[in-house]
This record gives sequence, structure tokens and C-alpha cells, in this order.
Amino acid sequence: METISTDVVIIGAGGAGLRAAIALAETDPTLRIALISKVYPMRSHTCAAEGGAAGVIKPDDSFDMHFDDTVGGGDWLSDQDCVEYFIHEAPKELLQLEHWGCPWNREADGSVAVRPFGGMKKKRTWFAADKSGFHILHTLFQTSLQFPSITRYDEYYALDLLVDGGRCQGVTAMEMRSGELRQFHAKAVIIAGGGAGRMFPFSTNGAIKTGDGMAMAYRAGAPLKDMEFVQYHPTGLPNTGSLLTEACRGEGGILVNKHGRRYLADYGMGPETPVGQPQLKTMELGPRDRVSQAYWHELQKGNTVTTQWGECVLLDMRHLGEKKINERLPLVRELAEAYLGVDIVKEAVPIRPVVHYMMGGISTNTAAATPLPGLFAAGECACVSLNGANRLGSNSLVELLVFGRRAALSAIEHVQGLPAPNAAALNARAEETRQRISELFSRSDGTESMSGLRKEMMDTMEKNVGIYRTEEGLQEGVNKIHELRQRYRRVILTDKTKVFNTDLFQVLELGSMLDCAEAVTVGALARKESRGAHQRLDYVERDDKNYLCHTMVYHQGLDVPRVDYLDVVITKSPPGVRDYSGDHK
Amino acid sequence: MKERTVQLEVLRYNPDTDTEAHFQRYEVVCQEEWVVLDALNKVKADIDPTLNYRWSCHMAVCGSCGMMINGEPKLSCHAFLRDYEGVIRVEPLAHFPIERDLVTAPDDFMEKLKRVKPYVIPKEKKPISEGEYKQTPAQLMKFRQYSMCINCMLCYAACPQYGLTPKFIGPAALTLAHRYNLDSRDGGRKERQEVVATHEGVWECTFVGACSEVCPAHVDPASALQQMKITSSIDWIVEHLIPGGKS
Amino acid sequence: MSRNPLVREVPPTTWYFRQPRYLRYMSREITSIFVGAYCVLLVVGLQRLSQGQAAWEAFLLALKSADSIVFHVLALAAAVYHAATWFNATQKAMPVQIGEDFVPGNVISGAHYVAWMVLSVAILYLAGVF
Repeated sequence: METISTDVVIIGAGGAGLRAAIALAETDPTLRIALISKVYPMRSHTCAAEGGAAGVIKPDDSFDMHFDDTVGGGDWLSDQDCVEYFIHEAPKELLQLEHWGCPWNREADGSVAVRPFGGMKKKRTWFAADKSGFHILHTLFQTSLQFPSITRYDEYYALDLLVDGGRCQGVTAMEMRSGELRQFHAKAVIIAGGGAGRMFPFSTNGAIKTGDGMAMAYRAGAPLKDMEFVQYHPTGLPNTGSLLTEACRGEGGILVNKHGRRYLADYGMGPETPVGQPQLKTMELGPRDRVSQAYWHELQKGNTVTTQWGECVLLDMRHLGEKKINERLPLVRELAEAYLGVDIVKEAVPIRPVVHYMMGGISTNTAAATPLPGLFAAGECACVSLNGANRLGSNSLVELLVFGRRAALSAIEHVQGLPAPNAAALNARAEETRQRISELFSRSDGTESMSGLRKEMMDTMEKNVGIYRTEEGLQEGVNKIHELRQRYRRVILTDKTKVFNTDLFQVLELGSMLDCAEAVTVGALARKESRGAHQRLDYVERDDKNYLCHTMVYHQGLDVPRVDYLDVVITKSPPGVRDYSGDHK
Repeated sequence: MKERTVQLEVLRYNPDTDTEAHFQRYEVVCQEEWVVLDALNKVKADIDPTLNYRWSCHMAVCGSCGMMINGEPKLSCHAFLRDYEGVIRVEPLAHFPIERDLVTAPDDFMEKLKRVKPYVIPKEKKPISEGEYKQTPAQLMKFRQYSMCINCMLCYAACPQYGLTPKFIGPAALTLAHRYNLDSRDGGRKERQEVVATHEGVWECTFVGACSEVCPAHVDPASALQQMKITSSIDWIVEHLIPGGKS
Repeated sequence: MSRNPLVREVPPTTWYFRQPRYLRYMSREITSIFVGAYCVLLVVGLQRLSQGQAAWEAFLLALKSADSIVFHVLALAAAVYHAATWFNATQKAMPVQIGEDFVPGNVISGAHYVAWMVLSVAILYLAGVF
């Protein structure tokens, strides 16, 4: 197996990975950086983010308000030292992107424009039409091309972290086009591998979002934190699950049920605001968890619209007019037209909540460091505890930047004065990976089909770990996922070719998803309260006495994982009431 | 939802066993509203796990799933079954080496993209602490269309010049050079001209216009390249014909 | 076994039959042959003129032959087609931005058609047609 020696390995070349790579290259040009990804950087799922990125920039806004919105939006599960660091870094990072050429929308005077977003008390979401993530990703990728110290390994599928002497010192990966294994020896590893939304059947996530980075860290001993908090975005296309950005509502779109009622007013987000004049932090600009939960209640009441794609509510943007829609929401118009045959200028579009984002991930502190020395993580794959129990829209694109850079700075600090890795020990670890892959190729007693197991996993997650959860359902989910993990040992690899074997990668991705799915179900079963995106029909209240803490899930091989807890960091905002009613203001 | 049985004829190539590519026929039960990618996914899950192709976002923004569909470069996530009758022929993107099945090697494009320096080379550097570079909406609109390129390479598959003369830097990369040249924050046009205003650059383009016709992001690379020819010509005139024009 | 990328060569002489848009492109390019040939004809005419009246009149006579008329009709058609493709291209090559918005492409192309008409009329006028 070929060995590639480098200083820092970054796994994942989306927003966080690219930002980390640039920060490393800028801060210390002598460092050798290996940026590996299972896709070409511009395919990373950051490209699908639409609405924008939050950062305090306008004179009527303040850091305190962004802090309060984020902490309250996260139902007080955010670590407040982390939020504090984040809100101060956010505008700097967004300005940095501006300097790198990101085509942010502008005010007439040439300053950056901001739009309203759910759960935010002020307009502070920077945007590039409704392709903000796309532009952020491409700006970062193109900017990264000027740094000679960044060596990209595009379409390398990362397999296992190399840990020796309690330190993470590299990773094994497969070059997808040749099927050859490589080992990367490094002094520090940054995982920026994205979320795991594909464990659900109905998701905004691209096919690549299979939690490989999370699972890799988890298997290597780093805990996954708060995995039970899975965000449903309220407005997905009901057939493909494609995201219709929150900016639809930020710009003034309204949600109505089959009677034409703006039902959000019935779920603590009223009273109704005038149509076309959205008011911040209420009604359609409530937080995602609340708005998605309101759909569930409408469904129970029989107030949803029955369509050929299932039960929906309607997102009505007709009153915005064609000009504004074309200027601010061109992608939304295109998506609805192409995939659903609905022109949003002329018709209300049927939508339903769709799995969108994982608040949980590899446990990191504010320095983006995991408990495993030498291993850092950033982006959706990490849980730095910025988003708590519910992420506010437009915080995650900034999270990529702030903590991507932070992971780089921490990695630089970490590598100072480190001895060269013990190559023999790492080789032995890498050999284990080689055997694992070789066993898959030579397996003759396989009985389980990859697509069959995958379907069972998705069905289980949808049925038992949805917007509202129960003890019984979650127990069933835990049992089922555990069973699937056992059966996964007998999965069949049909394709034995080495070159670009996507059958192999789908098998490996399924393994990652099953690991992550188990952490989600186990965490959800153990958390006997309702908080943010984790809602229990049997424990309907938030329980700060017992659960104002992070769920930490530890991998235990094929056994059920171990669950532990970690206190939430509260600095200045004691748990309070989340009030999204218009009356309150 | 209406169902429909679709005949897919997919180009297969396995470097382990094949010396030539060949077509394989699949019969797939599909929903009428599906895209070609959905049909391929169904083949992969239920019929033939050994079929290989790239895809991710399913919303025409990641640029992974470019293929030739009935001879036309398309994103398979944006190729609607309703637009096709009879057998649908699916092949890998033209003009790129086939790694396996529908998977091509985009190395050449990646190399060319880097050569055009697609990043801001600041006209005047300033620290972040001094805030943003002011850019009016009109200045933004000047280049915005050209910043929409998703690097899907459909334009390369459509461009006969690229197919015949692989040294041609090609539509997408040149368009990105133009995008930065037009950006009010950028001062790097002269540096880029060394690559752009050459026979491998815009002068290899004969304005077939196919790039713009197939572009799924409405970028219109053909227009960018023609504009660059004009500015390059003006550069030449200034340099060679106007006394003292040489900078 | 490992990688063995397959390169499918583009047929250098028949590629333009692959797609209708390539044929359209080739037909546009071919029209330039007629435009070029007509230019050569004009130069020959000038040369004949310089050679004196007899040469010039022989040239005029040759222009009236059936072959010549067929050629002129073809050349005219080709020139018109070539000009039309050229004018349609102007909207791509010369976008005009006013404020945030771009002038619609057909306005730019249309302006070229108008200019073409005006110039043609002016030349015909100078030539004494009117």
C-alpha cells in the first residue's frame, strides 16, 4: 500500500474542508496539506444550500441579538462559549468571502445586502440570490486553486483513521478510479465530511451525504454528540425532497392549509402578520423545528392537502410578483417548475417537511478539537454545539467557515513539535483496513443485498425517528437498526471490479449510515424530554433538570453503543421560554 | 402517479474485461414524472448493482451527473422522461476518457480551470477590518451570469472544437476567467490574458455556440468567449497600432 | 487489473453529422466561401477595369451568363444567411448594460439589421439606383 506523508490531512472538500485548507495554507505555507474527498470539491453538498449566511453587519443589529437568537433557537442546548466565539467570527468570515469574490447581493450603495430568516430577530442573512451555498463553495474552491501547498486527492474514499499512541495520525483511503488503497500519514487530521441525512428516505441531502466522516471518527473512539437532533426543513418539494429555501418565507411567502388558513398562528407563532409583510421571528419566520412540527399537527387534524405525492401544505408566493421572485428566488422557481410542474408566480406550491440537517455529529469543543488528540472536525459532520437542539437557518454556512478555519488553526497548534509518526504502527493499522476491504471482495457467504438493507434502514428511520417520537417507536428503531448492523456483516458485494466500483462505495456508505443511525436512535430513546427538533409524544416538556446536557454516544463494536452525557456550557443566558408569538414584541 | 416502462440503452465499459464499450438494454418501470437519473438509480438498486455513474444533489446544482442522453449532453437529474419517447440512449459525456460505464475522467478540465486563475487577484488589497469592497448591483449584474457555472462540463461535451483540439481551454474555464475579469474587485485580467488570448484560449473558439445551448445553468459561455475575443483584439490594436499604446 | 481509460476519438471529417447544431454551424461556415468568392470576383472586375474598356466590357458580358447569374443568386443567399448569423451573434458579443439590466438581445441584433438596411439604401442611392 502506497504511503503519502503529509502534515495535515483534511477529509472532505466542501465548505468546511476548503476553508480549513485555505486557512492552513495561508497561515503556514510550509505545511503540506492533503485535501481528500470522495467527490470533486465543487460536487460537495455545500452547493445545494440556498438561503444565505448569517453575520452581524448592519448598524441596527448586535452581537447580543445574534447570540440570543441562536441560543433560544437551539432551545438552550447550545454551548454559549461556542456561540459567543461564532457570532464574533461570523462577519469576519463573510467579509473574507467577499474579498475572495463571493457574489453577495448588494444594496444600491454597494454595501452587502441582508435578508430576513427564520428565528432571527434582525435581518442579518447575507445572500447570493438563492444559490448562496453554491457561490460560497465555488468561491472557496476557486480561491484554493492558488495555493501550491494544497494537494488535492479528488475522488478518494476515506476508510479508517490511523490512530497510534492515542493520537490520530492519518487515514486510509481508496483511490476510486483505480481501486488502490493508500495510507496518508500526518500529524493532524481534520474531518469535514458532512452530514448523514441519507439515512432517511425523504431528505434534501445529496447522495453523498452518508455520514462517512462521522462514522470514521466514531469507530476510532471519538464520541458522537447530540445525534438525536435531526432537523426537518419545513418546505421541501413533496416528490424529490428538493429544498425550497427559507428565504421563500423570508421574502414574504406564506404557509396555508387546505382551508387557506395560515395555520402557524395556531401553534404559538401568531397572530397573523399582513400578507407580504413578513415580520421577524414570528409566523412564517418562526424557527424550523416549530414550523415543521406545526405541519405534523395539521396532518393529524386532517387539514393538509392530499396530493399525488402525499399530504402537503401550501407555500404561497404569488403575491411577491414575478420580478421579485426572479431576482431573489430564481432557483426556487426553476425547481418547482421543473420537478413539480408548478409555477410559483401563478400557483401556490405544495410542500412538506423534509429531513435536512443534523445538529449532532462528532463531538468537538470551540477549538474544533475532538476528544481524540490530533483529530479535528468542522461543518455538519461535527457537533461543536453551536446549533443546540435546533439550528437556525443561515447559521450553518457560516459555521463551515468559522469552524473550518478554527480547525485549521487548532491543527497548526497541535502539529508544532510533534515527532514523526511511528510508520510501522500506522502500517499495521492500515493493514487492518486492507483486510476489511479484501474480506468484502472475497466474501462468499453473503446473503444480504445492499439496497434491501438500505431500504429497511430508511423505512425504520422514517417510521420511528420522525418529527414526533415515542418510547415504543424508538425502542423498535433501536432494535431494528441494531439488527441491521448485525445483518450488514453478511452484505453481498456484487461488483468485484476495482475501477470506480460504486457498488463497493454504496456498501461502505451503508455501513457509515448504519453506525450514525444507531447513534441517532439510541440518543433519541435515552432523551426522555422534548427539546428543539427532538419531540417526544410521551415526554412533551423540556426537562432542564435532567436533560440540559449533551448526549454522547460511544461506539462499542457490534454491541449497542454506550450513552453518556456532558453538561451544556451556560455563560449568560439561563434556559428560558422560546417565544415566537407576534404579541410578545 | 402514472407508471411507464422505459427502455434504457446504457453504454457499458469495464476496463477489467472489455476492450470496447457496448450498449446494454434495461427495462425499467418508472414514474412518469421521473428523470433519467431516477431510472438509473432504479437499475442500480433493483436490476444491476454493477452499473456505475456519478450523481449527488438531484437538483441540477452539483454538476455530477452529466451524460449524453440520446446524443445530447444533459444533467441526468434534469432530463425528464416525459421529454423522451422510445428507447433512451445513455452514454458517458463525450470528449472525456471513459473510466468505466458512465464515469469519465475530468482531469483535463480540472487542469484547465486552474490555468485561467479563477479567483480574485485584487486590484487593491485591503484588510478585512476595513469592510467589504463596495460593489453596486449594476457591477454585480455585469458578471453574475458568468459566476453561475456549475462545472458540469456539458459544454465541453458539446463543443466540437474541444473534441477535435483537446488543447483548447474550453468554454467553462474561459468563461470563469471572464467572470473574474468583469468583477469590479479584480485586477488580474492582464495575468489571465497570457492564457486566455492565445490559440489555446479564445482564438480556438469558432463560435459553434453549442456550449450555450446545452448549459443547464444559463451561463452562455459562447457570449463570454466572443466578448473576450473583442477585448483581446482591442488589446492587440492598442499594443501594436497605437503609438505609445504598449503598456 | 487497474485503470484503462477508453478514449473515443472524434471522427475528424464527419463529426458535423453528429448533431443538427453542428450541421447548422458548418452551413454558416460554408457560406463564407461564397462571400469570399464574390470578393474575388469584385477584385477581378477591378482588374479588368484597369485593363481598359474592352476587358471591362467582356467582363460585364460574362456576368450576364447563366452560370454567373446562378452564382450570384447563390452568393446573395449565402451572404444574407451569413450576415443574419453574424447579426444574431452581436447580441452575445456586444451586450449593452443600462443600470442593472441588459438591453434585450433582439434589440441589439435588430439595431444591426436597421443599420444594414440604412447603409444598403445609402449605397444604392449613391450608385444611382433611385
